[in-house]
Amino acid sequence: MINSTLHARELSRNFGNNIAVNDVSFSLQKGEVLGFLGPNGAGKSTTMRMLTGNLAPSNGSVKICGHDMVDNPKKAKEMIGYLPEMRPLYKELTVDEFLTIAARFHKVQSSKIMRSVENAKDKCGLSHMSKRLIENLSNGYQQRVGIAQAIIHNPEIVILDEPTVGLDPIQIREIRNLIKEIGKKHSVILSTHILPEVEMVCDRVQIINEGNLVFNGSIEDLKKQRRGNKLLVGFTKAPTKKELLAIDGVSQADKIDKTMFRIHFKEKYLPAEEIVITSTKKKWGLFHIAPDITSLEDIFVQLTQKEKV
Amino acid sequence: MIINIARKELKSLFASPMGWIILALLMFGFGFLYLDGVNKYFEVMSGSIRPAERKGITIFVGQNVYGAANFLMTVAIPILTMRLISEERRSQTLPFLFSAPISLTEIVVGKFIGLVTFLSILVIYIFVMLSTMNIWADIDFGYLIGNSFGLILLVGSFCALGIYFSSLTSQPIIAAISTFIALFAMVIFGNLTASDPNHWFGHFSMAKHFQSFTRGVIDTSDVAYFILFIITFLTFTIRRLDSDRLTG
Repeated sequence: MINSTLHARELSRNFGNNIAVNDVSFSLQKGEVLGFLGPNGAGKSTTMRMLTGNLAPSNGSVKICGHDMVDNPKKAKEMIGYLPEMRPLYKELTVDEFLTIAARFHKVQSSKIMRSVENAKDKCGLSHMSKRLIENLSNGYQQRVGIAQAIIHNPEIVILDEPTVGLDPIQIREIRNLIKEIGKKHSVILSTHILPEVEMVCDRVQIINEGNLVFNGSIEDLKKQRRGNKLLVGFTKAPTKKELLAIDGVSQADKIDKTMFRIHFKEKYLPAEEIVITSTKKKWGLFHIAPDITSLEDIFVQLTQKEKV
Repeated sequence: MIINIARKELKSLFASPMGWIILALLMFGFGFLYLDGVNKYFEVMSGSIRPAERKGITIFVGQNVYGAANFLMTVAIPILTMRLISEERRSQTLPFLFSAPISLTEIVVGKFIGLVTFLSILVIYIFVMLSTMNIWADIDFGYLIGNSFGLILLVGSFCALGIYFSSLTSQPIIAAISTFIALFAMVIFGNLTASDPNHWFGHFSMAKHFQSFTRGVIDTSDVAYFILFIITFLTFTIRRLDSDRLTG
């Protein structure tokens, strides 16, 4: 608990009769990148707004480095850098002017403002844009300004709400690298509905659906769920199902098309070698054998739609 | 922190042409009234007016300039206040303020002070303009200082009302129109009961309270009226923003 920087307990939020977030509890460790995943309208943004003090929770509490968001909001907010979904930029100002204001608002000492502005620009690759009006920057650069204002006061926790939405692939890659970089020194909470992004950037994943937390674990746990007990096998001269089922350990064989099979096997067995040996013996013409990985999308769909099924 | 918010507001005002244009137009307006006042003074006072009815140049020109401030400000201030919160609401920049370690009171008071500071430029300008009469005449500086004080209070009240209306909507134009209507009503209230100067309803009129300043009188009840007015509407604004946080 000593290393925990953020602690959310039983957070709930209703909008009228509509429950947006229901009893969500979690904590964030120092130097951890937490991915917050969920379909549209699952309650990601609502949770983030509650974490940053933009929205009062109907129930539950948020503690930032020991400071309660309701009882001691100023101290708690000092520790947080937040980039909402719609980036809050004063477009009539230049990058330098805006970041200076952001630093002042976040109580950076006046003697250190210049330095922290330079630092943030440096980290976000904005140094050559200092005197440009934010209005005239491209989407990607505006996003960087948004991230720069979130890290300018060197906060303990950086909260980014869908930071890569609407960017081109090159910009997305740059922003991801930037987030990884930030994650080395700060704790980061990142919300997204792009799954590979989570795998690339995050240490831990939380999946939220219809206001409930349905998965909370490391990225390794999530990957384990992906490697199921399935093999994808291709033969040029396809055998019959019966012949396949005769192989030791095979529990089920589904024909996908003329040549491809999906072979399920029992737990603790790995019949890959058996399949290869049998196939060469019987001359089935094996040309493809690989573990059949469930895509992250499938796991995501499984997790978020479990209750409905 | 209030000062930081005020500085940001000033910076935004000067970063857009809007601030400059309003300031220029108001200066033109007051400059014209000043010139008109001086011209009229020579027309009227050089005539066959009995000495007992003669007025000093300070109060004559001063009334011409400060007396019209009511109406000029009614038009100008809604245009300045409309952006303050509704523009932030529309461009979704409020989370930037809400997630910084700043209280709602500081945000609202900071914005208010920023705008009043901006308009004090105008008040100082009017003061300096009228002071130039001292080159030819011996003018009453007390009257000018009293009036400048009154004008700041008037401008402050207008701004407080404007900020409140601005916090109600995310459409700056709607904020401007409703502020204009409310201010206009406040100013002409007094005319409804003009026949009876002691009618209770007349006490709510802003024009009535400002009039004593233009006569050169600083009455504590007038000062209290304006200060209470400002505090009331700033409090309403804070409550409005707080309900944003509570109800989403």
